[in-house]
Amino acid sequence: MSNTSARESIFARLHSARSAGLPYAPVPEKWEPAPIEDKKARVARFVELMTAMRSEVYQVKGDEWVGKLQEILAERGLKNLVYGPGTEIAKKLESAWKGKKDVGAELVPWKNDVEEFRDELFAADAGITTTMGGVAESAAMILWPSPQEPRLLSLVPPVHFAVVKADRIWTSFAEAIRELDWSAKAPTNALLISGPSKTADIELILQFGVHGPTDLIVFVVE
Amino acid sequence: MASNKTFDFKQNIAGALADKQLRSNFKNATDTLRGKRLAVFTDPEETLRLRHVGNQIKRAGLNRLPELLEQLEAKCKENGIIVHWAETVDEANNIVLSIMEQHGAHKMVKGKSMVSEEMHLNKFLEDKGKLPLETDLGEYIIQLNNEPPSHIIVPAVHKNRKQIGQIFADNIPGVSYTEDTAELLAIARGRLREHYRTADIGLSGVNFAIAESGTLCLVENEGNGRMCTAVPPVHVALMGLEKVVGTLEEVPALYRLLCGSATGQRITTYFNMIKGPRKPGEKDGPKEVHLIILDNGRSKILADKQLRQTLQCIRCGTCLNHCPVYTRIGGHAYGSTYPGPIGEILMPQIEGLDKKGNLATASSLCNACEEVCPVMIPIPALIRRLRDESYDMDENGVVKGHGCKKNLLETVIWKAWKYMQVYPLLNTIMLKKLQLFGNKLPKVGPLKAWTSVRTAPKFARQSLKDLAKKEGIRNE
Repeated sequence: MSNTSARESIFARLHSARSAGLPYAPVPEKWEPAPIEDKKARVARFVELMTAMRSEVYQVKGDEWVGKLQEILAERGLKNLVYGPGTEIAKKLESAWKGKKDVGAELVPWKNDVEEFRDELFAADAGITTTMGGVAESAAMILWPSPQEPRLLSLVPPVHFAVVKADRIWTSFAEAIRELDWSAKAPTNALLISGPSKTADIELILQFGVHGPTDLIVFVVE
Repeated sequence: MASNKTFDFKQNIAGALADKQLRSNFKNATDTLRGKRLAVFTDPEETLRLRHVGNQIKRAGLNRLPELLEQLEAKCKENGIIVHWAETVDEANNIVLSIMEQHGAHKMVKGKSMVSEEMHLNKFLEDKGKLPLETDLGEYIIQLNNEPPSHIIVPAVHKNRKQIGQIFADNIPGVSYTEDTAELLAIARGRLREHYRTADIGLSGVNFAIAESGTLCLVENEGNGRMCTAVPPVHVALMGLEKVVGTLEEVPALYRLLCGSATGQRITTYFNMIKGPRKPGEKDGPKEVHLIILDNGRSKILADKQLRQTLQCIRCGTCLNHCPVYTRIGGHAYGSTYPGPIGEILMPQIEGLDKKGNLATASSLCNACEEVCPVMIPIPALIRRLRDESYDMDENGVVKGHGCKKNLLETVIWKAWKYMQVYPLLNTIMLKKLQLFGNKLPKVGPLKAWTSVRTAPKFARQSLKDLAKKEGIRNE
């Protein structure tokens, strides 16, 4: 439903407000935290701040994260892990699970539209996603959900595993916006995620896992 | 609280001040929030610089508001978002309803939206037989108890965990009383996840709408906003027309200011940027996204160079936490969607000075709000402006209901005061009269109200002028 008359009268008022004369407004200055040049320091800052927000962070080399993942799944008795087929990490997951009967957790590919997968997704124990990288000063990961890796994968399962490449950790959100050419390339839904779902709506007491994941487990991969 | 209900601010204040539980809940909460804000803005110089940048971004945005809104509309359309314009809350409510009817929708899951509070959307939809469900934990609690929010950011801040436990036990079938916060959370989580899965439509607010790319940004911690905008097949976003910003580059500064000021966080758990409905090939996301852009008096506020600064607000609520009045009386006493200092300047402009002008009296002009405002809105100056407009001696006010408090008695007194200052002879005569009879003035009418909580000053037997003359001090 488009209400043309409402639109016209709103714009008429906005334009006449302008003809009343504009107050002086300077061109906005830029604001950006000073870049942390040293990569090691940048990664360390990311890990420090993410951990402070109750994310569990593991720094690993190469494909070590797969083993660590299986260890955690078994330790916590998680029964299944949803992933998006066709991504970089998907191949590693599939080959790690192949022939290995004693992993415990079942590896579940998200293949269909959510309409056919919704109930299974809401019943899942854990999900795993890739990321576009991380932002050290904001203590956040950048997620650009894709057809392979839908947006609800990082939200609905109570445990969210995420893989962040250490050389894609930037100092600030502003820097990441430039480096990723964000304005032009961002997908339908883009996200910054800084920890597990939380609330302080009862007496301002911080509690985790109100709607989304209760646990966020991050692998920072060198 | 319906806006058409008779609103007795004084009575509300008296009631709130007498409620010890309420005062302690608010004191604890606002003390905590102020402390958390300070812990994240540790460098005063840097904070001031950041606030300057925030102020400049919002001012520059307001200066080209029509262009930005046109660009936003065009980009949203390009992205597949259906854009609606609403001049009034009635129009906005009806647009939401018509979207629901088009889809045969009954159950709506709602993320937090102050604009929907402004519209009294829940009541409107319930009257039409629909089921709007608040999902933000605070909003969920107060919806169960059929109350409006008492704070912009922490809506159930006026309730402690015992009261919340009772609300759950009384209103959720099969739930028995508990004051364990983890248990309360688990109860809400269980109920709400079921609602997300089965809802027909999701609704959200908008924190920033980016004109250059047609992107809607949502700031939240709980994940309910993401649930409401990503699980149901249809997503409706509501925004006040002042929420538009030019470019993504402007967002990091505003986002940092919003998180730090609202909850004392470096960053919220989720920053959700939505650019449209599900594209072919994508496996989830709503199939339809609607954006309703609401005016409700905002375009009129823009017309005044001073008052338009009201529209810079990013709804962080920090002025509430720092206000000596709000922290004592809480949000409900204001009887308005927006309480506290920002409400004192916004509500009278939206609803009229005749209806909400009293809100502007709830300030000692201590300036705390201005000192913490992340976008540097000069709230005390705007409060004084609205007070002037209420009396409007010069008949040139611009706010709806200006001059509503003008009355003969006060007009006569101020006129007399003016002549006293202009004519020396009159001044001398009046001073003598006040020295003799001033202390005997009967405490009736406004004088009675004023002296009910204050000690009336005493008129001296001799005026300063006479004393000075006696001492031989010459007036040069």
